[in-house]
Amino acid sequence: MKIDWKTYNPGNLYDEMISTPGNARTASRGLASYLQSLSEKELARRQRAADLAIAEMGVTFTVYTEGENIDRAWPFDIIPRVIAQKEWSRIQEGLVQRVTALNLFIDDLYNEQKIITDKVFPRELLLSSKNYLPQCAGFRPRYGVWAHICGSDLVRDKDGTFYVLEDNLRVPSGVSYMVENRGVTKRVFPELFRRHRILPVDDYPAQLFDMLSSLSPRPLDFPEIVVMTPGIFNSAYFEHSYLAQQMGAELVEGSDLVVCKDDCVYMKTINGLQQVDVIYRRVNDEFIDPDAFLKDSVLGVRGLLRAWRAGKVALANAPGAGVADDKVVYTYVPDIIKYYLDQDPLIPNVPSYRCEDKKQRDYILANLEKLVVKPANESGGYGMLVGPHSSAAERSKFAGLIERTPRNYIAQPALSLSTAPTICGRSIEPRHLDLRPFILQGERTYVTAGGLTRVALRKGSLVVNSSQGGGSKDTWILETGSN
Amino acid sequence: MLSRVAERLYWMARYLERAENTARLARVYSYLMLDLPNGVGLSWQQLIDITGNQELYRKHHRTSGERNVMRFILSEPENPGSLISALSMARENMRTTRDLVPSEGWEHVNELYLFARKKLAKKTLPKGLYEFLSEIIMRCQQITGLLAGTMSHGDAYQFMRIGRNLERFDMTSRIIDVGSATLVARGAELERLEGRLWTYLLRALSAHQMYRQYVRRQIRPDIVLGFLLHDMHFPRAMAHTLGEIQSCITLLPHHEETLKSISELSRQVLASDVGKLYPQGLHAFLDQLQLELGGLHKEIVQTWFAPVPDQPA
Repeated sequence: MKIDWKTYNPGNLYDEMISTPGNARTASRGLASYLQSLSEKELARRQRAADLAIAEMGVTFTVYTEGENIDRAWPFDIIPRVIAQKEWSRIQEGLVQRVTALNLFIDDLYNEQKIITDKVFPRELLLSSKNYLPQCAGFRPRYGVWAHICGSDLVRDKDGTFYVLEDNLRVPSGVSYMVENRGVTKRVFPELFRRHRILPVDDYPAQLFDMLSSLSPRPLDFPEIVVMTPGIFNSAYFEHSYLAQQMGAELVEGSDLVVCKDDCVYMKTINGLQQVDVIYRRVNDEFIDPDAFLKDSVLGVRGLLRAWRAGKVALANAPGAGVADDKVVYTYVPDIIKYYLDQDPLIPNVPSYRCEDKKQRDYILANLEKLVVKPANESGGYGMLVGPHSSAAERSKFAGLIERTPRNYIAQPALSLSTAPTICGRSIEPRHLDLRPFILQGERTYVTAGGLTRVALRKGSLVVNSSQGGGSKDTWILETGSN
Repeated sequence: MLSRVAERLYWMARYLERAENTARLARVYSYLMLDLPNGVGLSWQQLIDITGNQELYRKHHRTSGERNVMRFILSEPENPGSLISALSMARENMRTTRDLVPSEGWEHVNELYLFARKKLAKKTLPKGLYEFLSEIIMRCQQITGLLAGTMSHGDAYQFMRIGRNLERFDMTSRIIDVGSATLVARGAELERLEGRLWTYLLRALSAHQMYRQYVRRQIRPDIVLGFLLHDMHFPRAMAHTLGEIQSCITLLPHHEETLKSISELSRQVLASDVGKLYPQGLHAFLDQLQLELGGLHKEIVQTWFAPVPDQPA
């Protein structure tokens, strides 16, 4: 497994580290030559050290289908992915621009609806949106911000351009892995951190805490912040408990909270009831309050929406923020940015086709084998069709679905996602990856230095989701000085 | 501290202690049955009576031979008092409070459950039943010791201590109840058999050696009873367990009412006249204590686990 970059061939794809066999990109040069200097034994030892560190830290990702065995190690590849800080600054600006516009958009939809009056965004789309919650109309959260925590997925195409693939505005997960991956890499390659100037990522929990504090309805020095989880069987439970621990916040379940006559939210403690100011909820909208949404939800708190509308508690993300987390809405984001900020998007969208438009639909149906079809409202990589890897039967199934419910689907050309060198058994091979940075917006806006790089460990696979055989890598934003 | 978390820790400790005590009970009973002559009045059915699950047992079995009874006590998943159920519940409660407990605690409980499940998977009783039960007891003790030695003795730990001692009180009273079995024998023969029976009961509670050391008298039912009820220093004596609960409770908020109930219970235990209780009145007296214990549990739930809103919505 001794690394020799001359034998590593990314082909005609964009590789994050090696441009052509034997030649590393500028930002990755130090890392590439260091890795090449390691003996096969040395490299194997580092991978083992990483596996051990992960087992010790208990980094696990729950997968529903594994029955009793709910803790599974989350595969980690030790070779970091490097991005030059100069390139990153531009991405960062682009993300701030995007989230700012999206929040203005959500706030507008729930209030004046100017964007609809001005005919930039069609009313029919809003009316048919599954994630628009009429119960939230007429309310304006603090700073007008609805999506306080956003995870946007970025991908690179062949020519190296970054695109936004989707915005996760409901309950995005993965940030704990970003922080822990860095911890593991520091243990495995300590010498690399001495040689390189890599931006730290471990301030995320502190930034999250500050953002959540800024939402508190009571002017307190110590607002009571809680993380609300659906419980141990949720796939991201590890992250919920990790973030709670790092912020020193209580990790609560719905049954721990109660809304009283004064519209305030209290948690049940051994000291009696204690008022809660901010809830970082990791429970989906439809489950948070059986009075307002799904009546038989046992994960939520009766009266939570009432408490929120009365301004007695802050919810992050605000209920209803998901209206902008819809793949059809996604296709309008460039227009949304233009409309609210009068700017051109700094990071482009992946070119997309809307199935509800007759002309575009005809094109999609005629070209299914070249396209990726995505449902408007799913996450986790479920329910999509990857045209180039699909069977005729799958394509005809999707053609039927699209014709029946065009509003539920969009299509995009199959991008050839960028790759990075990944340890696969005893060899180093290119594997596809994406990047999920996290953006926090409250009183101020913060973007993580890099984010979570997810890698599709199966050869040729484009699906990076951890629930479907993906793994992750540490992501370095490298200070390159004047270069 | 969240009420739910406190409750889970309390139950975790209760179930772990219950597993240990069930193993103790099963171990001593199988030896007793070997050592007491047939027809002196002790039957396998009584073991079911002690655990208080007669009805459930009847649903599963018609006869009460050794194998059926032991399997019901050790490996019946539908019996909430069985060894395997207790370990499984200890594990579930531990799993959902992992953040608060040293991680070795979770690992040991998990391994212990998997070990027992494997050993109890067959329809027959495990080979080397005595060794198996002894290992369960030892591993439960290890976990209790691990937590005592590595976990901060704050509120979380106090709830575990309360659970452990409450459960211990419960099982000591059940094991004593074995002694209220009327032995069919007379004169010197009865005395000899009683001596043997109560020696076993002491052994079931690991109390034999301490009894010898501190009481220094022959093994006679009323004296043993006095030791197991009134001794303030032996960890499985009822008065001692109540003292432990009392000292935990005083460290917790809003403890006034619960403290009163537990003082009253202590008073009853200490004031009991063992000479008069044995043998006829013993069973009824222990029944009464069980009821009071249930009441104490309810009070703990109301005080710390289920705070009632001042202004319910």
